[in-house]
Amino acid sequence: MDFGFILASAAGEIFSPTTAAYALAALGLAVHFGYSGLLNFGQAGFMAVGAYGFAISTLTFGAPFFVGLLIAVIASAIFALLLGIPTLRLRADYLAIVTIAAAEIVRYVVTTNQLTSVTGSANGLAAFEGGFYSMNPFPEGSYFGMNNRDFFIRVVAWALVILCCTLVWLLMRSPWGRVLKGIREDENAVRSLGKNVYAYKMQALIIGGVLGALAGMVFTLPRGSVQPANYGTELTFFLYTCLLLGGMATVLGPVIGAMIFWVVLSLTQGILYGLIESGAVTWLNTVQAGQLRYILVGVALMLLMIFRPQGVFGNKKELAFA
Amino acid sequence: MRDGCRALWHHPSPASVRSGCKGAAETAPQVEVFNLRSTSQGLRAGGRRRLLRLLGAISASILAILLVAAPASQATSPSPTPSPSNQTFQNNISGFLRDDARAPLADVTITATSGDFTGTAKSSANGSWSIGVPEQGTYTVELDESTLPEGITLAEGQENPRDVTFSQTSNLSVIFAFGKGIVVQQQDFGQNLLNRLVAGLSFGLLLALASVGLSLIFGTTGLTNFAHGEMVTLGAVLVFAFNAMGLPFWLAIILSLLGGGLFGYVQDRGLWRPLRRRGTGLVPMMIVSIGLALAARYVIQFFFGGATQQLPFAQSPEIQLGPVSISPNNLWSLGISAVVIALIGIVLLKTRLGKATRAVADNPALAAASGIDVDGVIRIVWITGGMLASLGGILWAYYRPGVTFDMGSAILLLIFAGVTLGGLGTVFGALIGSIIVGIFVELTTVFGLAADLKYVGALFIMIVVLLFRPQGILGRRERVG
Repeated sequence: MDFGFILASAAGEIFSPTTAAYALAALGLAVHFGYSGLLNFGQAGFMAVGAYGFAISTLTFGAPFFVGLLIAVIASAIFALLLGIPTLRLRADYLAIVTIAAAEIVRYVVTTNQLTSVTGSANGLAAFEGGFYSMNPFPEGSYFGMNNRDFFIRVVAWALVILCCTLVWLLMRSPWGRVLKGIREDENAVRSLGKNVYAYKMQALIIGGVLGALAGMVFTLPRGSVQPANYGTELTFFLYTCLLLGGMATVLGPVIGAMIFWVVLSLTQGILYGLIESGAVTWLNTVQAGQLRYILVGVALMLLMIFRPQGVFGNKKELAFA
Repeated sequence: MRDGCRALWHHPSPASVRSGCKGAAETAPQVEVFNLRSTSQGLRAGGRRRLLRLLGAISASILAILLVAAPASQATSPSPTPSPSNQTFQNNISGFLRDDARAPLADVTITATSGDFTGTAKSSANGSWSIGVPEQGTYTVELDESTLPEGITLAEGQENPRDVTFSQTSNLSVIFAFGKGIVVQQQDFGQNLLNRLVAGLSFGLLLALASVGLSLIFGTTGLTNFAHGEMVTLGAVLVFAFNAMGLPFWLAIILSLLGGGLFGYVQDRGLWRPLRRRGTGLVPMMIVSIGLALAARYVIQFFFGGATQQLPFAQSPEIQLGPVSISPNNLWSLGISAVVIALIGIVLLKTRLGKATRAVADNPALAAASGIDVDGVIRIVWITGGMLASLGGILWAYYRPGVTFDMGSAILLLIFAGVTLGGLGTVFGALIGSIIVGIFVELTTVFGLAADLKYVGALFIMIVVLLFRPQGILGRRERVG
């Protein structure tokens, strides 16, 4: 078993574009759940709206990169509005069920054979990333062992993460953010101060949803393809694991949480595969090793929620629930 | 924050009964929950140890229950066998052929051509096919439609032949989607409507089995249990496992129902009861149930594998019953679930236990104060819920047909839709809601919605109903925020 290689590939996950995508989406969830107390279980749907919004506007309508980006962001904002109108006045568990249902509706719609010419059905869409990579300012060559494409997407993804973190940080220490936290703590008290709770919740839902859409784009660009199977409910649950790992009502928590999530997944995969290849473990095959990792994710989510709901960085007083 | 109030209810102590759930008292339980570990360390330390131990116990028992599934998966683990025409090339074009009910299609010929290279393959018994090709490039893949089984055609819009291109990987998977073959003599609309209506009723009633359990659990404990889908899966998987071990079919079903009840009991005993004692809020419990769902789903896949398996007697030709044509399995399913649900209804309305359950659902603290053993009622509700979910899972395996590790999570949202439509926490609402969802899912295909979108209609209806009648059909207005 080559420990050097296992460690190197685990360390590589820290700054991979996928980690950046998870960090962005989890940051959106932090705005929803951590700061506003909105139980959004449909973040995968927001990511799908972002990814497909970009891919379809590029492929079907030939839109340039930034127009595609704008369309994806607007689409996710509209999706948030549609979700928010029926549910934001209801109890938390209703919002949870409606958002998870809406995310699944999005997935079914992009999977259906009826729209194959637009969405590519189960095969998904590909070859829409040209506009992005044509903006690559880095000449060909090796950057820290990566080629210029891989390096470019990492720089852009993490710049986006830093930008969004700063924005969320600024927002949450503004008067607007304080009202939001007030809504999380006691909605009726805020309402009695004359604030429009419904509007604040809707704004938070849209901001977190837009972060989700950006995450969806960061998720698909390095792959060069978007497939509906990636946007199932499990993606949302993994994002919640990231969020809870780092800390819900924090800005850096989701980012660190996503890093821990992927490093641990990569480490366990490397070690398990290594053990299987070297013959030390015979009761597993490599497929089962992959499943074992997700069993661990589920157990970790349970244990975190029970024993350390505030996560690594969180403050226990800032929990969205009691 | 209103959760704090409910959390108090599930924490029956003399103080909570006195304080009720209004005004200033509403914040008090939150404070208690917040500072649980710091203020009442001594009191809670034992509880926490017990919780840890029981958490270990529950994961061990999940493993133990599922261990029995291991031989089953080994016995029938799918091995995609390359077809004979396959030469030893580095690169493969491959795929699985499954019809819209996910049943494998065997002996279908597929050809890949590029320039003067031609490779052919026949799909194996589990539907897999693979063509070795000399180099990565663009190939024309054609499925010979004359070799398809009768009644099965490619879905509309599926290109055949189609050009496919490798993208930096040595394996290229090509997916052919199939739709229901167009029957030559078109059924008339009324006939079709009637058939779908009966099938929908059958589907709705099996959904109701699961959702009545979910609703009972929600009503008595306030928990929205995302792991209910895995309880459904477990029922079907256990029948398959026991049957593969050579036990007779009826015994396998009885053992599976017992296993479902045991899973419910162990869940409550090992996880939910300690969490209730601890005063954990409803939202954290919901997230814990998601963790449990993920863990249980992959534990099942770990032992069961990713393939679709069939229970005995899964193939049954449709019979004509008056004006309706229905498969005997569906008819059985309809009858069994109707009888079981009627029984549950009678128990709830006519017996002392039923009265106690309704009292706990209404107000746990008051029920405790009037001498009802709240924990005992909740335990029975969990066992019943587990058994109902198992039964629902077995019937679902016949309805689809097929057993897979994710069959339960596939209908979890439909179960939620049924419960929400009827009104969260109301048992008869869950029944009515599920039947509406079941019939709606089946009828949308009659009215022209594509088969792969039939769940969308039901989920959409749920969202629309929430817009206009958020408390559901039978729910009471004050339950909703």
